[in-house]
Amino acid sequence: MTASLSPGALFGLCGAALVGIGLYAIVTHPGLLRRIVGCNILGAGIFLVFGAVARRGGGAGFEADPVPQALVITGIVVAFSASALAVALLKRLSELNVGERNGTAAPTEQRGRL
Amino acid sequence: MTPFAHATTPGGFLLVLAVILPVCAVLAIFACGPRSAARIAMTTLAAGLAIAIAIAVELIASGAALSYVVGAWRPPLGIALRADGLSGAMLVMTALVVVTVGLFARVQYGLHDGAGGGRAQTTFWLMLLALWSALNAVFVGEDLFNLYVALELLTFAAVPLVCLDGRAETVKAALRYLLFALVGSLLYLLGTGLIYGQYGTLDLLTLSRLSRQEPALSAALALMIVGLLAKAALFPLHLWLPPAHAGAPAPASAVLSALVVKAPVFLILRLVLDVAPPQAAAIAGQLLAVLGAASILFCSVMALRQARLKLMIAYSTVAQIGYLFIVFPLAAGSAELPPWGTIAWTGGALQLVSHALAKAAMFLAAGVIAEAFGHDRIADLGGFGRALPLSAAAFGLAGLSLMGIPPSGGFVAKCLLLTAAVIEGYPWLAATILAGGLLAGGYVFRVIDTALAIPAVPVAPRRPVPRRLELAALALAVAAVLLGLVPLRPFGLLQIGRDGLAMAGLP
Repeated sequence: MTASLSPGALFGLCGAALVGIGLYAIVTHPGLLRRIVGCNILGAGIFLVFGAVARRGGGAGFEADPVPQALVITGIVVAFSASALAVALLKRLSELNVGERNGTAAPTEQRGRL
Repeated sequence: MTPFAHATTPGGFLLVLAVILPVCAVLAIFACGPRSAARIAMTTLAAGLAIAIAIAVELIASGAALSYVVGAWRPPLGIALRADGLSGAMLVMTALVVVTVGLFARVQYGLHDGAGGGRAQTTFWLMLLALWSALNAVFVGEDLFNLYVALELLTFAAVPLVCLDGRAETVKAALRYLLFALVGSLLYLLGTGLIYGQYGTLDLLTLSRLSRQEPALSAALALMIVGLLAKAALFPLHLWLPPAHAGAPAPASAVLSALVVKAPVFLILRLVLDVAPPQAAAIAGQLLAVLGAASILFCSVMALRQARLKLMIAYSTVAQIGYLFIVFPLAAGSAELPPWGTIAWTGGALQLVSHALAKAAMFLAAGVIAEAFGHDRIADLGGFGRALPLSAAAFGLAGLSLMGIPPSGGFVAKCLLLTAAVIEGYPWLAATILAGGLLAGGYVFRVIDTALAIPAVPVAPRRPVPRRLELAALALAVAAVLLGLVPLRPFGLLQIGRDGLAMAGLP
């Protein structure tokens, strides 16, 4: 069976499995941090699919296509920024919640220069 | 290359300017510091409005789409920008709303912490400009992956706007919005990958000629459209929208509700009409129409039940977005009549623009009310029309457009859609449009009734509100009403640049 499975198909199937795991985590877990991790797994699966597309040469007819790899690099940068933003918001939210629970005022907003 | 390939047209550089000018302003604010943020932003708003108008003038004068091939690298290797009639209308609408909101925010921030830059104020200007650039990039983009990046930039600019005041509930709403948007754009990205694997190109114009009835394409389009639906907040994926849009400061809510949710709708329109093969487009159109109708009915009822003004307006946004999705089966067109020649296409585009103007006006009016009274509980606002006549008028005029009462842009849009529904044989859609109008009347009149009530103890504003703040809302509401004076027929502007596009899948 392994003999008939080309690397492209293997990567594609792995990517599909990761997409499934990521989506499952995002839909079923109530915890926000787990959902953010789910998004990252989903993203990793998608980048693997892009890798499989690159290996197959796409419709362009090359032996291996460089364009999806260029797309993946941009995609990783975007996904990283998204994760950073989500984690920053989550951290802020937990600080605010802890402040509320302890009865102290929430950390005051810093004013002035960025 | 094929004779349909992109080529840079004389006015094409305007499209690049529309995208990079706000980004340059963001960099300039970082370089010059927060003190000059408002000044740089106001200059950019004026210049951006001029660029949008120049693009529209160029479109009308030449009667053809504007294109720009970045770095002279043609697709499929390079990236093209292209603005047809619909994109041009979107660019001008975006510029109008952003500029008015900018004027409103300038006056409002002037009331609180002077011209100097508080952190929230500087963030607002940065994000407003970044959001404008991302919106323009979505409206002129031709490359599916480039559009993904533009959508993500839009999300990253919109999420901080939701939690500008930094309260726990708005941070929570922002995080929920971000997660919905992230899943949406990841699904869109997966679809993009599948399309590239199948066709080796991401250029929309090239794809519109290549696309065939294939399972890979159908799966890719289904993923992309579902992802975009989560971003457009169509029922039942609308749960993130009301808390996010209601919790943001008024100018931010106005931009989010009027413009940000329109970008994914615009992309769905392009995917279904340009890329999807006819049978798949027909099935997708029916499904989208069912969801749109459910959105109109469910969220209008939810809007009726809200106690807070801003939440009511936010639910009304989801309902009004629903109208944009019932366009799909109505504008299916036929062999003789392309989709963009139908009255439903014009009606849908008009609904998009008139809702943007009316909803921005409503959120700004609600912002004035919250500024004056310190809260937005509808029940405690009895007689606010006496204290703030201009805001009450702005709310009422914007409401005309949402209900679809003549003369208003909303009336023309809904009248065209209703006519199309009857002609095309969709009685249930016609009934939904009428019921949605009645329900909108219900929630708008609830507020108007409160405004004109004569309570035993008249409400007094907590602090005086300058007339200029109220004028911004009124100007947008009047613009939404003036749209109703356009003739009731398919517009020439919306068809510019469409004739070069063959119907996808047709020989």
